[in-house]
Amino acid sequence: MKLLKYLLIGVLFGIVMTKSEAISWYRMQEMFRFQSIHMYGIIGSALAIGVLMIQWMKRSQFRNVEGDVVVFNDKKRSIARYLFGGTIFGLGWALSGACPGPMFTLLGNGFSVFIVVIFSAVVGTLVYGMLRNVLPH
Amino acid sequence: MIEFISQAWPWYVSGPMIALVMFLLLWAGGNFGVSGNLRTICAMGGAGKHVSFFNYHWKGQLWNLVFIIGAIGGGFIASNFLSDPAELQISQATVQDLAGLGITFNGGLAPEHLFSWQSLTSLPGFLVLVLGGFLVGFGARWAGGCTSGHAISGLSNLQIPSLIAVVGFFIGGLLMTHVLFPIIF
Repeated sequence: MKLLKYLLIGVLFGIVMTKSEAISWYRMQEMFRFQSIHMYGIIGSALAIGVLMIQWMKRSQFRNVEGDVVVFNDKKRSIARYLFGGTIFGLGWALSGACPGPMFTLLGNGFSVFIVVIFSAVVGTLVYGMLRNVLPH
Repeated sequence: MIEFISQAWPWYVSGPMIALVMFLLLWAGGNFGVSGNLRTICAMGGAGKHVSFFNYHWKGQLWNLVFIIGAIGGGFIASNFLSDPAELQISQATVQDLAGLGITFNGGLAPEHLFSWQSLTSLPGFLVLVLGGFLVGFGARWAGGCTSGHAISGLSNLQIPSLIAVVGFFIGGLLMTHVLFPIIF
């Protein structure tokens, strides 16, 4: 039952990603060429609501369905890992036109070849894990 | 109602819906960050025996895998029952720029000649699918999150590290689009 909630939220997420066209390779190109407000509007309006929502959750000591107060941990301060890791991510995001969420949603949209993209992303994660100690963080 | 939902959603509907997904995940006891699943898949596969980064209590992350399996189902439902026969309305400038690279806009979600099984045999197709996926997985874990974890969850919580990560996402994306695309395609 606990997991069923997540399944349903996931279904909603997949529908939102598809209907918003945020899973489209063309939409990512439009974004990285600054030729439409579409993706900026999506991320911007999600953020505007998200900032207010999290402020409200913090102030009201919002409790989740399990009855626990939701805790928001601050991320560790550093520059290297976010800047370098982020840049590598961005290169892949523009090339494949998909970040991790859309990769899975595109599978459901009938693009079966995204199995290859997801597999490659898993391999990328694995290689990061192996090189982790020698990379700047 | 179904017809109304079936149209392409404008950004001012989609953005708030993403915020709703984040709210529901927090309400359910989870959080919004998709790329963590890639690490979980490594851990499930036994990578923890060889690499300590994957040696953790991954069963505690099963909820996130269930979420992403739901997202596959959501994509299936949206494309089969809520689909809009109209073409994607992308900017004419983008269509022209891509035509200049030899990529035709087909009105669908992605160019077929790059996103079919056959495209794996061409160099550009191989790079898009295999290198693209690899860089996303590698970069997301190095940066500690992807679009959902940093650009939505992290920035919503006003995290400076997430802002640096998002700046990185755009440095990489702009470099790929404007410098490397003319070489690859």
